[in-house]
Amino acid sequence: MTAASAHAGSAADRVDAAWRVLHDVLDPEVPAISVTDLGIVRDVIAHGDGLEVVVTPTYSGCPATEVIEQAISDAIAAAGLGPARVTQRRAPAWTTDWITPAGREKLRAYGIAPPGSCASAATGNVSPIRLMARDVDCPRCGSPRTERLSAFGSTACKSLYRCLACREPFEHFKPI
Amino acid sequence: MTTAFAPLPTTASTSSSVSSATTASIVFAPTPLQAYLLRISDTCLIHAQRLAEWSGHAPILEEDIALTNLALDLVGQARALLTHVGRQAGFDEDQLAFLRDERDFRNVTLAELPGRRAGRDFADAIVRNFLLAAWMNVLWAGLEASSDADIAAIAGKAVKESRYHVAHAADWVVRLGDGTGESARRTRQAVDRLWPYTAELFETDDVDTAAAEAGLGPLRVSLKPGWDAIVVPVFAEAGLSIPATGAFRSTGSRGVHSEHMGYLLAEMQTLQRSFPGGQW
Repeated sequence: MTAASAHAGSAADRVDAAWRVLHDVLDPEVPAISVTDLGIVRDVIAHGDGLEVVVTPTYSGCPATEVIEQAISDAIAAAGLGPARVTQRRAPAWTTDWITPAGREKLRAYGIAPPGSCASAATGNVSPIRLMARDVDCPRCGSPRTERLSAFGSTACKSLYRCLACREPFEHFKPI
Repeated sequence: MTTAFAPLPTTASTSSSVSSATTASIVFAPTPLQAYLLRISDTCLIHAQRLAEWSGHAPILEEDIALTNLALDLVGQARALLTHVGRQAGFDEDQLAFLRDERDFRNVTLAELPGRRAGRDFADAIVRNFLLAAWMNVLWAGLEASSDADIAAIAGKAVKESRYHVAHAADWVVRLGDGTGESARRTRQAVDRLWPYTAELFETDDVDTAAAEAGLGPLRVSLKPGWDAIVVPVFAEAGLSIPATGAFRSTGSRGVHSEHMGYLLAEMQTLQRSFPGGQW
């Protein structure tokens, strides 16, 4: 497909096509789920001959942010939908509550325990001790008998757990 | 990842508003409102630099990873704020981080006190991390109501990250303070070393007043009750007593730093100072 052919469609068609493309743009840190599964794409807007993709960053210091933005604009351009500009919308802040049900299933199948809900609820008073989530089920055998090994893992968004039933270690996507 | 440095001295960074190949330092005289934001961005940045010194050196692997992940969050928060301030002043985040001189940094002194490199104890890193994380948590919560929508948005993200920082740091304060006789002794010593620098966290000056009047952010003194509400119960659980606050006041947030700051900046800034405009 060429850029010229895509431009023949209406703005709404191009936006729909862009969403379909975005469903296949994977998170480089967690290549099991797409940017739409992750819930970071807030909007796709057609401007003249280009598209604007509005994303909300996950963590302030996430090193994948720039990579994700580049992957999005590359994928849109490769699909012949014209030049894409990625812009950031910080408010409201991204929360793991925005990860779609399908995304959670993909995480589990990939071996990462998905985050629990109510992550975005503000805690009036920080309760600093005993933060460890109690509802982390093993993504492999499903047992709730798990223990945290490390508060942080290979990326800022994950912690390390171990299943006490099947003994497998696994990662947990932290609720935030 | 490979690093490609611009050859010296022919290539200046094209994005710079200064000729960075020939200008080693930038001069930035912030307004009171910009200074207010620099106090926060610089505290995040310098604290992150100190935490990152533990990379490869923490007593256990899990904590090595944790401290550097906390630093990563702090760098991200600093970047957002520096970009915001720099946009108003014609500088980018890298210029503000790497090309300002010591007097132009506004971080609280507590953030810059020596860490691992100067032989300070792991307990110092833990206690400082807790005291600053609690302060940042209360500060971010206040900034969520900022009249500057960008600052409110940055704070809305950062406050959630800071909850993890407080929780993690508090866990360690209790573990060390209520641990063995040796860990308790060393944690008490760290508290005694660091506590005098906490008074600065709640000072009020013209910069705070200007920010509060503009609705940009809270007075530092207003953060004290929220900070106490976090710190006091954790110290109690850790078996640590809270020292009395003396007359000493540190002055990093006004740009007058401890003798440790120059060494920190020398290390943090050396790459951009040596290879102006060098990019990853």
